Amino acid sequence: MKRPLTLTLAFTLALLLLLAAVVVALNLRDEDPVDDALAGPARNDLVARGAYLARAGNCMGCHTARGGEPYAGGRGIDTPFGTVYTSNLTPDDATGIGLWNAGHFWRALHNGRSRDGRLLYPAFPYTNYTRVTREDADALHAYLRTLKPVAQANRPHALRWPYSTQAALAVWRALYFKPARGVDDPAQVPEWNRGAYLVQGLGHCNACHGRRNALGASGSALDLSGGLIPMQNWYAPSLADPHEAGVSAWTQDQVVALMKTGRNQRASVLGPMAEVVGSSTQYLSDVDLRAMAAYLQSLPPTSGKHDPGAGVAAPGTTAYDRGAKLYELHCASCHGERGEGAPGIYPALAGNRAVTMASPANLVRVVVEGGYAPSTAGNPRPYGMPPFGGTLADEDLAQLLSYLRGAWGNRGTAVSAVEVSRLREQR
Amino acid sequence: MKQALRRALRAALVIVACGAAQAAPKVEDSMAQRVQACTGCHGKEGRAASDGYYPRIAGKPAGYLYNQLLGFQAGHRHYLPMERLIAPLSDAYLREMSDHFSALELPYPAPPPSAATPDVLRRGEMLALRGDAGRRLPACAACHGAALTGVAPAIPGLLGLPRDYLNAQLGAWQTGNRRALAPDCMAQVARALSADDVSAVSHWLAAQALPASARAATSLPQPMPLPCGGVDRPWSR
Repeated sequence: MKRPLTLTLAFTLALLLLLAAVVVALNLRDEDPVDDALAGPARNDLVARGAYLARAGNCMGCHTARGGEPYAGGRGIDTPFGTVYTSNLTPDDATGIGLWNAGHFWRALHNGRSRDGRLLYPAFPYTNYTRVTREDADALHAYLRTLKPVAQANRPHALRWPYSTQAALAVWRALYFKPARGVDDPAQVPEWNRGAYLVQGLGHCNACHGRRNALGASGSALDLSGGLIPMQNWYAPSLADPHEAGVSAWTQDQVVALMKTGRNQRASVLGPMAEVVGSSTQYLSDVDLRAMAAYLQSLPPTSGKHDPGAGVAAPGTTAYDRGAKLYELHCASCHGERGEGAPGIYPALAGNRAVTMASPANLVRVVVEGGYAPSTAGNPRPYGMPPFGGTLADEDLAQLLSYLRGAWGNRGTAVSAVEVSRLREQR
Repeated sequence: MKQALRRALRAALVIVACGAAQAAPKVEDSMAQRVQACTGCHGKEGRAASDGYYPRIAGKPAGYLYNQLLGFQAGHRHYLPMERLIAPLSDAYLREMSDHFSALELPYPAPPPSAATPDVLRRGEMLALRGDAGRRLPACAACHGAALTGVAPAIPGLLGLPRDYLNAQLGAWQTGNRRALAPDCMAQVARALSADDVSAVSHWLAAQALPASARAATSLPQPMPLPCGGVDRPWSR
């Protein structure tokens, strides 16, 4: 039996309309009505609190172009779908958020919707900020209103079709975004709950430390199981896995020291995390850092595939022996003959998880680019690692890294020149 | 017996501890040690690398070096490895690094022999020392000092630099890839130069030996021919 064409068409149309209605409804979840009234100046304590929270969220980091006015936006965030340009958060009426009231601001943070009703791209991590309380959102808004207004028009995003459309974004949101409220776990102590609130909310740690799917969605604010940062070729290690950057076996003081100063006796931060410590966590109070540490230390340990089996370079192989010579020549004077490092200055490489981790991405970046830990109040004059990208060819690097990952009891897989070449690629 | 054992044990411990101390790298608490990330490319003590691209930084005026570091952070100067390396460092620390390299008084190697024709070198010399009044081109020496060794604190010397580096910088000024604080005098001068001018002046500059005193001058005998933001406001963004 053949159904008449018109009936099939009508049925398909009705189904599409229904789907569209569902997408729209899902996009409107938990939205409060907003009026356009503007309030007067805010109380000083609210402003100060907002300034602190803006550090916790590192708002300035993304909302400032290099060499540009702070908070005036224009920094490009590269994504696999194109470039998203951050917006002007200064209180300029025409180009910034001068006409936004606290309700608009709350809706942007909590629902990912702009003042004019447009949906915002989740490169602005409202998937995390949705957990920020209304009080904290109001404080952030009050602080931003005290900034010097900068007239700087927002740069349009450079996204590929269909990602450039509001409809595609609405579908994405229907699938992957649900407004949430941070709710304290009554089974946990207040310190843990505070830490969870900061890590999952303003800290947006999982934006880098969580996995993303093919459409760029991270699993949940709770997932900190590690991920390759899109477009940067840095691997943000798992914060739950003791073989990566899990801190369950560290003391709370060690975790606090790393976030406050950029180093402790066991590790130091480089690359994207140097930016996080330098612009955000070094400014947080010890109470909040202890809370974040307590939460991170409580993450249930996960364990990926860590036994490299026969994949470890061993003495007697060409890679290992040539790598050992390169190490002696270029590395040993700072990191020690046996990879023991100099505590608090040059990290030990023996037993260093950043060296042995399954992904060699960071090791390649660090050796190729070198780097400095951030200048912080606790470590204002860090020692530096020279870049070896110009000195060592892919094959040399592969041998050196294979040696590092197999020497002194380290158990990391050997690295091939092809892998090095792929990972050192710079845009 | 017990005591002897204890003594032996203590001796063994001391030996182990000494062994560990010997193996551990000695890390000097100095700026020289801290800036090893810089000298990896810029050569031992910042004397320039042999590959002809990374410039000498030792002995350059501190304000100039500091302005360049800020410029790399702010995106006024572009070299990705450099931009990434210093991104997380504070202004105070960059200033200290600048002071460190500026204070190094180290001998310069003899310039490499020039492959340019005498005509090209004459033209380069003219542009460097006298300029071209007809085209309203100031001489390099009008700002960079009569000896071309720079003027403290913000104007760099032009001698002892590889020709490749000089060409790359003049080209970058012309295209706007390298910028300084406004008013950007060097951009104006570079844009007035033809490709032949650039080639001639870089040939001549790269072929000059340093004078006995290679330090930057402390002042210019006459006012500068153009206003320069980086010179008027060193130590600022």
